[in-house]
Amino acid sequence: MKMESVLASKGPSVVTIGETRLLREAVGVLVEHNIGALVVLDAGRVPLGILSERDIIRTASVKPDFLYLTVAEVMTRDVVCASPGDDVDAVLRTMTLRHFRHMPITENGELIGIVSIGDLVKAQLDAYRGDIHTLQTQLMES
Amino acid sequence: MTPVPLRVAIVGAGPSAFYAAEQLLHHDGLDVRIDMFDRLPTPYGLVRHGVAPDHQKIKPVAKAFAQVAADPRFRFFGYVEYGKDLLIEDLRRFYHQVLFATGAQSDKRMGIPGEDLIGSHPATSFVAWYNGHPDYCDQKFDLSQERVVIVGVGNVAIDVARILCLSPEELRATDMADYAIEALSRSHVRDVFLLGRRGPAQAAFTNPEIKELSELADCDVIVEPSEMVLDEISKQAVADAHDRALERKVELLQSFAAREPVGRLRRLYLRFLVSPVELEDDGNGHVAGMRLVRNRLVRSETGTISAEPTGVTEELRTGLVFRSVGYRGAELPGVPFQERWGVVLNAHGRVLDPETQQPIPGEYVTGWIKRGPSGVIGTNKPDSAETVQLMLEDAAAGRTFQPDADAGDPEHRLVRDRQPKCVSFGDWCRLDAMELERGREESRPRVKFTSVDKMLKALEK
Repeated sequence: MKMESVLASKGPSVVTIGETRLLREAVGVLVEHNIGALVVLDAGRVPLGILSERDIIRTASVKPDFLYLTVAEVMTRDVVCASPGDDVDAVLRTMTLRHFRHMPITENGELIGIVSIGDLVKAQLDAYRGDIHTLQTQLMES
Repeated sequence: MTPVPLRVAIVGAGPSAFYAAEQLLHHDGLDVRIDMFDRLPTPYGLVRHGVAPDHQKIKPVAKAFAQVAADPRFRFFGYVEYGKDLLIEDLRRFYHQVLFATGAQSDKRMGIPGEDLIGSHPATSFVAWYNGHPDYCDQKFDLSQERVVIVGVGNVAIDVARILCLSPEELRATDMADYAIEALSRSHVRDVFLLGRRGPAQAAFTNPEIKELSELADCDVIVEPSEMVLDEISKQAVADAHDRALERKVELLQSFAAREPVGRLRRLYLRFLVSPVELEDDGNGHVAGMRLVRNRLVRSETGTISAEPTGVTEELRTGLVFRSVGYRGAELPGVPFQERWGVVLNAHGRVLDPETQQPIPGEYVTGWIKRGPSGVIGTNKPDSAETVQLMLEDAAAGRTFQPDADAGDPEHRLVRDRQPKCVSFGDWCRLDAMELERGREESRPRVKFTSVDKMLKALEK
């Protein structure tokens, strides 16, 4: 299964934020959309980094005034991005091993989506359920 | 407050459509009426026209779908085409919700020069042809060619390769269309090449599929030993996966390299680490050959192993090419489409307004037209469950179409008016019984009707 299968039914919108915005605003955006990470984009829609709940909590534990820091000061840089043609199994393994909860998807350098580890676990679970259902149907008929 | 009864139209009659209908009908306490429409007189979509005809053990899933259709709250209207006989405006007048389950009907292109030469076909056309799909029964494939190339190593590619290599006896044991059995029995095809761009460890096919190839009566399976040697990236990936099935797949493929052909009528060549770069013209607009580039494997930062061309090319003589490199859904009139993925624009099954990106109340999607072509028949069950869950939530919240209160029964006020020859599930059961009876007479699973006219004539419509 390819990443594009997961993206196809997620809708095209990706919630993003600029690097100069305050963390206070970023928290508001996360709450408004009920999501766990924001992709930080430059003016050309190229990902500069990712701002996750974990980045915010890590900062909050050491900087009590964290809400007034900028996104650029807190985000994770050097973000790993997947391609639509990447294998879900491989990406899931990489996310697990490297403790990524979210991964942006880019095509020709441009952001086109984001997946959470939950999206990939669900996709894989559905694939297994489908295999099991198909095998059960065949067994019952044989 | 969920409307009582909740009236649902389902467009399409393949597995995802039936799984969704089943889940709606089995939902505790829901008063629901379902009308299912299909442009063909026959239900079951790819179970009838996609599943390989020599894989009869997969087809009984249709029995479960027939049980769904037996529910008195369910109606089937075959030979009624969305976009021609029915439009979204019509459905809005009679139903609270419409669920599109129309599948992925077109193929992806290879994007190489010569792709449109005569003799180059989408594998889906060939599959639909041998399965007796009425839209494809007049297609012509030049089976006088001795060498055939199939691009891709997915399920469809494997099916096409196997079908091309079946003996006349094996063909006659299937429910393949009569004309296809006749044409394939007279086929001059001797060498079939399956091309995979990545290596044996990344091949999509399953171990039973490989084993099945090795058991073909009239065919030797041949691999290039050098292409069976795993590179370091693949060795590491196999070791990391801790997957016995993957290890077994590699062993099975490598075992072909140690076998000597025994001189059977046909030869099936499994090629790996090659991609087509051009189809060559014979000077008269026909395919004469294919230029391939050899690939090497690279691993991306996300762990995906992909093919990268080395620049080393080779020529492969062939007069018939089937491409099986992916599929796309077809755009439906009045329904937002997401061109990038070839699906209806949706979020988890709710159709989205392209302007606002917000759900359009009452419009839903499931199956391949929702997520793209992935998985097996059963994968559509959890997929449909996700959409049905949202349909029920939205119905309870009043986010539905608002059908005309005096619209009446769509069967008499809409469907039979637009398509007087529409086919009911009872009609289909009669066709089914006729096909099975014809099959019994020839000791075959069934003998299909392959034209709509013949189906309607048999039903005296």
